Amino acid sequence: MVQPKTIIEKIWEKHVVHEEEGKPDLLYIDLHLVHEVTSPQAFEGLRMNNRKVRRPDLTYATMDHNVPTKNRDVIKDQVSQKQMETLKKNCEENGITLADMNNPNQGIVHVIGPELGLTQPGKTIVCGDSHTSTHGAFGALAFGIGTSEVEHVLATQSLWQDRPKTLNVHVEGGLGTGVTAKDLILAIIAKYGVRFGTGHVIEFTGEAIRNLSMEGRMTVCNMSIEAGARAGLISPDEKTVDYLKGKKHVPEGEAFTELAEQWRELATDEGAVYDKTLTIDADEVEPQVTWGTNPGMGVPVSGRTPGLDEVEDVEGVERALEYMGLEEKQPISSIGIDHVFIGSCTNSRLSDLKKAAAIVQGKQVNENVRAIVVPGSFSTKLQAEKEGLDTIFKQAGFEWREAGCSMCLAMNDDIVPPGGRCASTSNRNFEGRQGNGARTHLVSPEMAAAAAIEGQFVDVRQFAGVLN
Amino acid sequence: MEAIQEHTGLVYPLNRTNVDTDQIIPKQFLKRIERSGFGQFLFYHWRFDDDGNQRADFGLNNPKYENATILLAGENFGCGSSREHAPWALLDYGFRVIIAPSFADIFYNNALKNGIIPIQMDQEQLDKWMEQAEHSTLTLTVDLENQTVKNTEQQAVHFDIPAYHKEKLLNGWDEIALTLQHEDKIEEYENV
Repeated sequence: MVQPKTIIEKIWEKHVVHEEEGKPDLLYIDLHLVHEVTSPQAFEGLRMNNRKVRRPDLTYATMDHNVPTKNRDVIKDQVSQKQMETLKKNCEENGITLADMNNPNQGIVHVIGPELGLTQPGKTIVCGDSHTSTHGAFGALAFGIGTSEVEHVLATQSLWQDRPKTLNVHVEGGLGTGVTAKDLILAIIAKYGVRFGTGHVIEFTGEAIRNLSMEGRMTVCNMSIEAGARAGLISPDEKTVDYLKGKKHVPEGEAFTELAEQWRELATDEGAVYDKTLTIDADEVEPQVTWGTNPGMGVPVSGRTPGLDEVEDVEGVERALEYMGLEEKQPISSIGIDHVFIGSCTNSRLSDLKKAAAIVQGKQVNENVRAIVVPGSFSTKLQAEKEGLDTIFKQAGFEWREAGCSMCLAMNDDIVPPGGRCASTSNRNFEGRQGNGARTHLVSPEMAAAAAIEGQFVDVRQFAGVLN
Repeated sequence: MEAIQEHTGLVYPLNRTNVDTDQIIPKQFLKRIERSGFGQFLFYHWRFDDDGNQRADFGLNNPKYENATILLAGENFGCGSSREHAPWALLDYGFRVIIAPSFADIFYNNALKNGIIPIQMDQEQLDKWMEQAEHSTLTLTVDLENQTVKNTEQQAVHFDIPAYHKEKLLNGWDEIALTLQHEDKIEEYENV
């Protein structure tokens, strides 16, 4: 009998170019996504050593981190401008396709990959960005790399990688109404901490994962890195196949039928063994809100901040509470907010925007709140506008913007001011992430929308009448 | 990458867990297109207040750590973003060795590519050094070849590092050049 294998082992074994005792494996890379922030020094390194991009055809670039989300004609920040011009020049010189700021394919790199069908099951995908794990939702082995590795992939289309350990995060049961993929992944990280995945590739399995939409799966895999994992993925199924059918870079007709068959075979075999397994009950998950300065510092919306007498890392919790301007044992429902950000590679896809729009429709953003919606890609924005979502948001008092990373990391003008407090659908609540001195609470799009209306955190299930 | 075999240096103790790369180098400094000059921005918002004045309560601003080249830190050092600007900033500031109980995977790789030795050390040993470095000063010697860290009393503590990474650090090898020795295999893979 053939030894049952996980999808992780299957993908790995298909990509080993060279192996040697006592060394990492040399792994072939099928798709290299590039953006403006982590690539200039890599291209410069190639130039200095007289090296070429080996496979421009397997490389795809866009601009997302720095791009303004309004008034794109005038870029005030000269340094940002130079970084984007550098990417353009590097792509032109090396024959790499670039979706620049004015291209209809532009968007957050982890949103456009799947939309264009560049992301496919079984591929090895890298990008100089830690949230590359997002693409794992399609059953790809996708991970973030540093700039030296970007240079290495550009030059050799391969990477030296140690074989990862495998971790099965098995999610049983089902998520309740108003409880989302975002709440699930936040609850998992709150329970097991920000480093339980270190050295591992996580496969998310179980009924609750199967029942997630592809967009929900992307949200879950996106935040695998916040658990310290090298990558997170989900075995492909019919949802994966259906999503990819007809996408720009996916073959059609018979070629597609054949490809889809190969994709299905990638799924983890019955009886395959993981190095470690964790089991979660989805029925127990409530809408989540983070209170602290790492994604593991989160509680259900009905909860409160921890007490210093209840925690191990007293100093760490004390510092986090102080930075966040919160008391110990403070109820989440008592926290008022002044900013709302709906966007980022975690939650800026059409279904995210639809669900948030359903919450705010016919209501008004609280007078103390500045709320913005930043679609993940130009194409998401167009589709949302076709469905009238922009009108719903604008009538409720939201700003409707162009696609980009925006306030998730505040490299452009979209910054939360010092002391400001933001309900954010992004992935990181680190100190200063959304602006120096800014305080970030990570939530789902639905929870962010409800907070925008109320000016404070509320259980979105109170809005249950409009949820479905 | 500059080769590194042995390093002796003053220790700066950063007794915090989960130090993320956003703290090591904040995003507003990621717009440069060069690899150099990031040291001035290291731990920027921990070192400086909103007016750009040094914060007295942040250890690295204490003159006694002025020439520190070895950083001690808590669990999960370098978590978060994949920005290689983090090791660039540490290196440019003067750090050649980082000792912590654990590192985030991407940061660990990024440090190795830049000739920084990331040393994984058990918490108990680390706590002892941390205390000594906080209350007086501590100088350590890292011998990469023999995989030891010694204090001035010559007490040596062993550390583990994968042989492959050790060899590259010792020789300062250009990894791309090494990989291109296998170019025929890459080509073969592409042609199947």
